[in-house]
Amino acid sequence: MSIKDRPPIEPILITNPVTVHVLGICSALAVTTSLATALVMSASLIFVLSFSNTLISLIRRHIPNSVRLIVQITIIASLVIVVDQVLQAYFFDMSKRLSVFVGLIVTNCIVLGRAEAFAMKNPPGPSLLDGIGNGLGYAWILMLIGAVRELLVAGTLLGRTILPLADDGGWFTPLQLMALPPGAFFLLAMLIWAVRSLRPEQREVLPGTSDEESAS
Amino acid sequence: MTSVNPLNWWRSFLALPNTHPLKAIGVVFLVALVCSFAVSLTAVTLKPLQDANRLRESAASLVEVLEMLGGGTPRAHMVDLASGNYTKRDPGTWTEIDPNNDIAGLGQLETVAKVYELYENDRLKLVILPVRGSGYQSMLKGYLALRDDLNTIAALTFHEQGETPGMGARVAEKEWQTLWADKQVTDESGVIRIEVVRGEATGVYEVDGISGATRTGSGVTDLVVFWLGPDGYGPYLERLKAEGAE
Repeated sequence: MSIKDRPPIEPILITNPVTVHVLGICSALAVTTSLATALVMSASLIFVLSFSNTLISLIRRHIPNSVRLIVQITIIASLVIVVDQVLQAYFFDMSKRLSVFVGLIVTNCIVLGRAEAFAMKNPPGPSLLDGIGNGLGYAWILMLIGAVRELLVAGTLLGRTILPLADDGGWFTPLQLMALPPGAFFLLAMLIWAVRSLRPEQREVLPGTSDEESAS
Repeated sequence: MTSVNPLNWWRSFLALPNTHPLKAIGVVFLVALVCSFAVSLTAVTLKPLQDANRLRESAASLVEVLEMLGGGTPRAHMVDLASGNYTKRDPGTWTEIDPNNDIAGLGQLETVAKVYELYENDRLKLVILPVRGSGYQSMLKGYLALRDDLNTIAALTFHEQGETPGMGARVAEKEWQTLWADKQVTDESGVIRIEVVRGEATGVYEVDGISGATRTGSGVTDLVVFWLGPDGYGPYLERLKAEGAE
């Protein structure tokens, strides 16, 4: 199937960058301790990805092949700095909780991956949609893991109590494992398992015949 | 006759094949130029807001330190660092630190610093000193609180840092900061001994290091030693000690 025939909503489930390509999982583990951080991280990534895709696509005919990675990374890094600065100015507490992980969007394989695989070959409109689609694909996974982890660790969602904790007179005993990175690994693995069971065509063919990119 | 119309130059630049070296250099230069402009513009316009956020954070952290140590209203004083005397106004000047003495990696030092003294029944109970210094990959900023003997640490907190999450960044966590309580700064001979050690602390001059964050730990040691030493609050603390002894 040609890349051009894919509808832009495909990356949300069918070609999801996280569950199918296993890209961008570093941040998927690091910032999903609560739904709020996952939400802000997702919004930041969607912003960076849609703008980087659009901008790179706009100048794609004039990017010499020899310096294309430099040009792409310069654009991506600038967008990330802008997002980081805005967070520091308007969402200071959130930017402290996200610490370096906003800055690390630069190294998120999804962003450079989409620039290389899509924006360099397609017009700005579809590139923007591809950016939003892939961003949303990353976002729903992040928010799902963030929501489950926050619920199982603190019994809350976005800070609101859903499951009253035993320590505060409720009945729920938190699952401390979920507060740690391995907890996120388990959730992500179960999610990928679930998605691939529903869509068997996403399973990688072993050995060595898969053309999937490696994890970031 | 060649045209001097810049638009024509632009057209002929765009028309250059992408394999032409001039095209590569030109594109990289233009992208860098536009991007740096965008980044600078954001950074400069948002700086006042960010500074206000940091100031609020620093004030909140000071209140937190005070509450942790029993509360109270401290008196703020401007201290001339070189002489250790109080001063009425802050000239806002900075001096270069001798690179050999600049263990905290500050480069420049303010001539006047703001310190907080907490009194209880007219007796000095706490001195809270703003401190900062280079960690592994960021500037650490925080407060160091000393008890009335000016040698026992009451608290060390950091409210600004950009160390590695899960490792160096743990200097900002309560669990680590509580390790500083009741540690001694100098030994009987007056030599500053306090230190973040690798592994577990033994004795009153040592604080447990964070595994995987040795360089952050030594950065913290260096900044504490610097600020309590002769280039930092040393002269001021000496003066307070002398006054207390009278």
